[in-house]
Amino acid sequence: MAQMAVADSDTGLAPQEVARRNGLTAAGRLPSLPEYTRQLWSYRHFITAFANAKVTASLGTTRLGMLWQVLTPLINAGVYYVIFGVLINTKRGVDNFIAYLCIGVFIFGFTQSVVQAGSNSIISHLGLIRALHFPRASIPISITLVEVRNIIVSMIVLMVIVFASGEPLTVEWLLIIPALILQATFNAGLAMFVARLASKVHDVRQLIPYIMRIWMYGSAVLYPVTNFTDHLHGWKLTVVEANPLLVFIELIRHALMENVQLAGTPMRLWTEAVAWTVVVGLGGYVYFWRGEKGYGRG
Amino acid sequence: MADTDRVPTVIAHNAHIIYRIHGAAGSGTNSPLASLKRIVTGTKNAATREVHAVKGVSFTAYKGEAVGLIGSNGSGKSTLLRAIAGLLPVEQGGAIYAAGQPSLLGVNAALMNDLSGEKNVQLGCLAMGMTPAQVKAQTGDIIEFSGINERGDFSSLPMRTYSSGMAARLRFSIAAAKKHDVLLIDEALATGDAKFRKRSEARVRELRQEAGTVFLVSHSEQSIRDTCERSIWLESGEIRADGATDDVMKEYESYINK
Repeated sequence: MAQMAVADSDTGLAPQEVARRNGLTAAGRLPSLPEYTRQLWSYRHFITAFANAKVTASLGTTRLGMLWQVLTPLINAGVYYVIFGVLINTKRGVDNFIAYLCIGVFIFGFTQSVVQAGSNSIISHLGLIRALHFPRASIPISITLVEVRNIIVSMIVLMVIVFASGEPLTVEWLLIIPALILQATFNAGLAMFVARLASKVHDVRQLIPYIMRIWMYGSAVLYPVTNFTDHLHGWKLTVVEANPLLVFIELIRHALMENVQLAGTPMRLWTEAVAWTVVVGLGGYVYFWRGEKGYGRG
Repeated sequence: MADTDRVPTVIAHNAHIIYRIHGAAGSGTNSPLASLKRIVTGTKNAATREVHAVKGVSFTAYKGEAVGLIGSNGSGKSTLLRAIAGLLPVEQGGAIYAAGQPSLLGVNAALMNDLSGEKNVQLGCLAMGMTPAQVKAQTGDIIEFSGINERGDFSSLPMRTYSSGMAARLRFSIAAAKKHDVLLIDEALATGDAKFRKRSEARVRELRQEAGTVFLVSHSEQSIRDTCERSIWLESGEIRADGATDDVMKEYESYINK
């Protein structure tokens, strides 16, 4: 009989009050942002293990295995070179078009694959989310780490291509390290943003390929950046040149190439890169954290 | 009844849980163009449906209790466990309070099928919040407990090569490796062969002594009777009976034999 008792009939207290007195917390309560960040930090080993597991799982069934990490960027650069360098010949105005094109394709590809994987990150790991407790931001961050790993291999391939195409090896090449750290943080924020957005509105995933294609054409990946100054002016030019991906691509071109026409002064590009990283990195994180408790719902 | 020693560990108050299910769209509603139209006009995807799985459930569980959850398939038992674990959100107006962080021990815990059993053990332990040192120390024990290496070195093979019984045993072993305040067990006792079942029942008893409260979902009448002195009978998301296991079982049996 005693088992039938409900808390409030026992003591006449509201359930919230009984819970508070006994130190119970609401299941699915949203932790504060500093608390969440601490939790995330304590799960850092899970985040790296998960990223490694994803790479192993995706390449484990192929014959060439890890060799694909090098082959994928090489094939990618080859395809774009044949189409835009040989068949259409967009060389006009750029001295070293091979290096120029490869940098654009690789750096854009970094953000593109993070966005694509990020938009699937919550939806495709629903089983894991419903079964175990961990800060959900671990998943989009892991996915960003996988792509960081890929871009490091790609950068080595890229540097060989750029060097072979006749660019001298200078101290300025070291600038790719801070530039990539900024872009990786920017990407992590973007991954968290699309992860939550796509988990609420699945339709976003259908649109991402188109958005990314438009973004690519707006980032001077395949043609000289001087096309913008030739054809646009006023606020339109300002908008186009503030594009974060254009900024990141230009920073790497500035670091690796000698005679290259930039969209702005290096100082302006670095300032824009830092500003975008802070806004998107933090914004994406806060936006993702706000939805923390709803991801299990699907 | 007015026992002052009874410390509540889980309080559910008017808990409603609603699933949103996406998918199963017909042809023509899934093209990129249709997606754009839906976003622009703000209309709901016709393929999204809501399932009201738990409807206003209230109960209190106390320290040292083992509570069985029974009911027919699809009555909301597993959903309720997930909500207690904080994995599914409770709708506005109700709440579930729990001591510490309840852990869900289920046979459905998804792991990565392309990875080896050993890698899965490490990943699962890290996801439960263990430190790398703890994981290292426990990996061997977990694999031994699961018994997957009894017929050769299976722990280094990918999990997709395991039989369903082996995979379930490994998942149970991973989840049972940690101590819990409130332990939620979802049919885990029904997995594996007789030998493993015995071993896992012993492990659950151990965990129960360490844990404050145990919830058990099972279709096996015997394991509910063996483990739980109290039972809650759920039907279509509502509590039909809550009380001593023998009484609730009797009611439930007369209901299903009708």
